[in-house]
Amino acid sequence: MLSLLRTIWSVFLHTFRRRVTIQYPEQKPYLAPRTRGRIILSRDPDGGERCVACHLCAVACPVDCISLQATEDENGRRYPEFFRINFSRCILCGYCEEACPTYAIQLTPDFEMSEYKRQNLVYEKEDLLIDGPGKYPGYNYWRVSGVQVDGKGKGEAENEAPPVDLRRLLP
Amino acid sequence: MTSPYPLASILGILIVALSVSALLIWVERRLLALWQDRYGPNRVGPFGLLQVVADMIKIFTKEDWIPPFADKAVFVIAPAIIMVTVLLSFAVLPIAPGIIVVDLNIALLFFLGMSSLGVYSIVLAGWASGNKYSLLGGLRAAAQMISYEVFMGISLMGVVLLAGSFSLTTIVEAQRNRWFVLPQFLGFVLFLIAGMAEARRLPFDLPEAEAELVAGFHSEYSGMKFGMFFVGEYLGITLISSMITVLFFGGWMGPWLPPLVWFLVKVFAFICFFILLRASLPRLRFDQLMSLGWKVMLPLALVNLVVTGAVVTAFK
Repeated sequence: MLSLLRTIWSVFLHTFRRRVTIQYPEQKPYLAPRTRGRIILSRDPDGGERCVACHLCAVACPVDCISLQATEDENGRRYPEFFRINFSRCILCGYCEEACPTYAIQLTPDFEMSEYKRQNLVYEKEDLLIDGPGKYPGYNYWRVSGVQVDGKGKGEAENEAPPVDLRRLLP
Repeated sequence: MTSPYPLASILGILIVALSVSALLIWVERRLLALWQDRYGPNRVGPFGLLQVVADMIKIFTKEDWIPPFADKAVFVIAPAIIMVTVLLSFAVLPIAPGIIVVDLNIALLFFLGMSSLGVYSIVLAGWASGNKYSLLGGLRAAAQMISYEVFMGISLMGVVLLAGSFSLTTIVEAQRNRWFVLPQFLGFVLFLIAGMAEARRLPFDLPEAEAELVAGFHSEYSGMKFGMFFVGEYLGITLISSMITVLFFGGWMGPWLPPLVWFLVKVFAFICFFILLRASLPRLRFDQLMSLGWKVMLPLALVNLVVTGAVVTAFK
């Protein structure tokens, strides 16, 4: 009986507590920098696309919301001809970001993507591509990879050992 | 004996009682939210006050579905019964001097009779739905009413002994110098518990018991029939709070403020208390409910009656 009265009293004391609800549209919640929200495609510091159209993000995606088509430019660099993310399917799991070998695809702390038409949630490459390097400033995939492309021979990348000369017997 | 303006009283009490009970939906949701550190409905209109209007529009435009396996006539009549019985009880309620529909000399008995009839609504709704959960809810309602009706009546007899009348106006007048909650504190507590059971409010909402019985007796109801059960429930809370005010807290009596304001303030305080109980107490188990009613409350009520009778006789 006494415990019942104590319960009633302690519930009544909540009258004077602060309310924990965040009044969302007027009052924005704090979003951590690594919140998994809207997906973007980033560029390297030189302004080129980071995406090399390897399809790993599309493979990793559990809901198959990413579709892309690979092609090559005149320098032999791969890039996506189109890159399409259907945000009405996307569950913002971040697996694509984990799978990406070039830090191209990244998730941003923005979740306000409501639309009146479902079709408007299908983002094309020009909607996804941003002008900056995103979370990894200064990282240029082509500068650290061992792949030979136009403008960079083998062994010329940062921290890259010169390629092995197959015609020499010395180690 | 009746009010000088009977028609105005009838219309006024009807409109005020119905709109207050509709507004209670908003009050209850806001207060529950307050005690759970939330805001509750605050979007529609100022402070969310128009939430009631939005709910009304919604509930009127819902499909009014009568299940094919239901007993149609009884199914339709059941929600009306609770409204009628509760609203009839408001007729004998003295709100302020002159604001009363009919000043019966057996008003208290009339109130007890009407609140007993109200249970037919629940039992018939549970039976006519043709659904096992509804039937269980109806059965619980019947058992609960039998258990709590008995000591509810007996707990009020102390007040009747002190005032010497069954007329509610006389009872209020008898509290001019001292509210009956002081000499009749046990009776007040007993009536409060019985009133909660009578209004089927949370520690005693076994007929509804949404955790166990879907929604109990109104599982099969939709649209405005469901709405009538809800308005009936909120009218019941208002009625029980008004009765506590009239019987134990001096009705319209109070200094400085006009009588009507005093009455409304007291009633609102008790409504808030009922909602606080809902926010804090868990639902009783069925056997706990029955044993509490018969083994604890009934003997206490009888002791209260005997002691009060002895004291009144001794000091006569």
